Amino acid sequence: MSGIVLAALDLPWPFEREYMQLALAAGLVVGASAPLIGVFLVQQRMALLGDGIGHLAFAGVAAGLLLEVWPVWSALVVAALGALVIQLLRRRGTTTSDLALALIFYGGIALGIVLVSRAGAGSVNVLPYLFGSILTVEPGDVRLVVAVGIVIVVSITLLGRVLLASVLDEEAARVAGLPVDLASCMLAVLTAVTVVAAMRVVGVLLVAALMVLPVASSRLLARSFRSTVTIAVGVGITSVVVGLVAAREWSLAPGGTIVLAATAVFAITAIARGRARRVAV
Amino acid sequence: MFYARAIVKDTLLEAHHLSFAYGAEPTPVVDDVSLVLRQGEFVALAGPNGSGKSTLLRLLLGLLAPASGEARLFGADPRSLRERARLGYVPQRHVLAPDLPVTVEEVVATGRLARCGWWRRPRAADRVAIDHAIESVGLTPETRRPVLELSGGQQQRVLIARALASEPELLVLDEPVAGVDAESQRLFRDSLVHLVEEHGAAVLLVSHELGAVAADLDRVLVMKRSIKFDGPPSGLEAAGVSLGVHADDLPLWLEAIE
Repeated sequence: MSGIVLAALDLPWPFEREYMQLALAAGLVVGASAPLIGVFLVQQRMALLGDGIGHLAFAGVAAGLLLEVWPVWSALVVAALGALVIQLLRRRGTTTSDLALALIFYGGIALGIVLVSRAGAGSVNVLPYLFGSILTVEPGDVRLVVAVGIVIVVSITLLGRVLLASVLDEEAARVAGLPVDLASCMLAVLTAVTVVAAMRVVGVLLVAALMVLPVASSRLLARSFRSTVTIAVGVGITSVVVGLVAAREWSLAPGGTIVLAATAVFAITAIARGRARRVAV
Repeated sequence: MFYARAIVKDTLLEAHHLSFAYGAEPTPVVDDVSLVLRQGEFVALAGPNGSGKSTLLRLLLGLLAPASGEARLFGADPRSLRERARLGYVPQRHVLAPDLPVTVEEVVATGRLARCGWWRRPRAADRVAIDHAIESVGLTPETRRPVLELSGGQQQRVLIARALASEPELLVLDEPVAGVDAESQRLFRDSLVHLVEEHGAAVLLVSHELGAVAADLDRVLVMKRSIKFDGPPSGLEAAGVSLGVHADDLPLWLEAIE
């Protein structure tokens, strides 16, 4: 349905074609929702959680190809379970955050490679998930991404205040009886859901960039938590649009151009802020 | 009946023969501690470094489970207490989220969640309570400023305002004025006295530095693994123990009575 609606839109270049409109719709939702999760991950010093879960999602995609089920579902199940295990390992103090992530990183990618080798001829289908393939998304993909975006916005609206209280001062949040563990498990699952939704947009190898880079830029500019979130979402959306325009103009890989756009925004922000500080001094 | 209610104040916090040791340590950090804190009381818990004050606090708040004995917070086991908004807590710390842009108002609002419900948007009454908490620590002009731009003393007052935002019946503070300037200490003292006198709340203050509030305290508990003194500040002063930060007479007095 979203494809039909979008195809009817009369958008200017480079979004005049249906495939570009579908790419824009999927990209905008991911560009807006990934930083909503990233703003809490960065503060919890878990900026690389998205990367670790991305590697697990790769194993999930490979399992889906092997078992001949839609790889998005298998990726979602594996990524969500992995995210919960990481949180459990951190919470129990069994292992440190970076070791927990390393276990998931290497275990996930190794399992993915083994499963892909078992899948044989189907292994070539894994490339769109590894590197993204936003220009080939179909209306069904867009519907999934929009549904995921709604889940993320609703969840963060409900849990955002607890997550903020928790990242500011976990002990005080616990004494106040706030559901700190529930919120952190939900954050892990939402990270997995976002990774899976963003797989087709930028690929599992770059998925964490859309969670982290917009937040890195916004923290340089913002003076409140609310503005941190708003600016990060704005940077995420801008990066997607600029990246898609660049990909269309110069026939480049859109996953890469979107993340490079986000990187450029951070570099420009950091340089401009440095100059403003020097002027102030 | 009414008369009895008027003079018998509710017990908010109590401990009965509470003991705790970390891991396999043979010597308990908290050893057979019993205490009671009633509505409207302003009580300080003092003692040298390593005397078990912070551990006792964590037991009383339900963050640790006792090896033996029992703690009761508002009549319930602190670990399963449901009415958490009745309690305000200022933990021992100096830096709040060192690189997160967050305003004074946003931090204080997190202290209101236990009262207004974490899943709800704050309503008008909640905003009034948040503004009042900020005002009571003298930070109204800084309401929308990033916390990172404030001095250490001001940041500490933000944490106190956060604890006040839930309009607590009992406020527990762990070393809240360590390294804080004199002006912040004065404002800190005023906000605690206001809470006790105007709102009838109880305060349990764990601190090395009791000079600023010495005249306002109802009781002082002195601890070194167990409670060594429980009485009015005048009782300690009569024994030659002052309540200022630089006094080394408290450890000497503890050594003398042991």
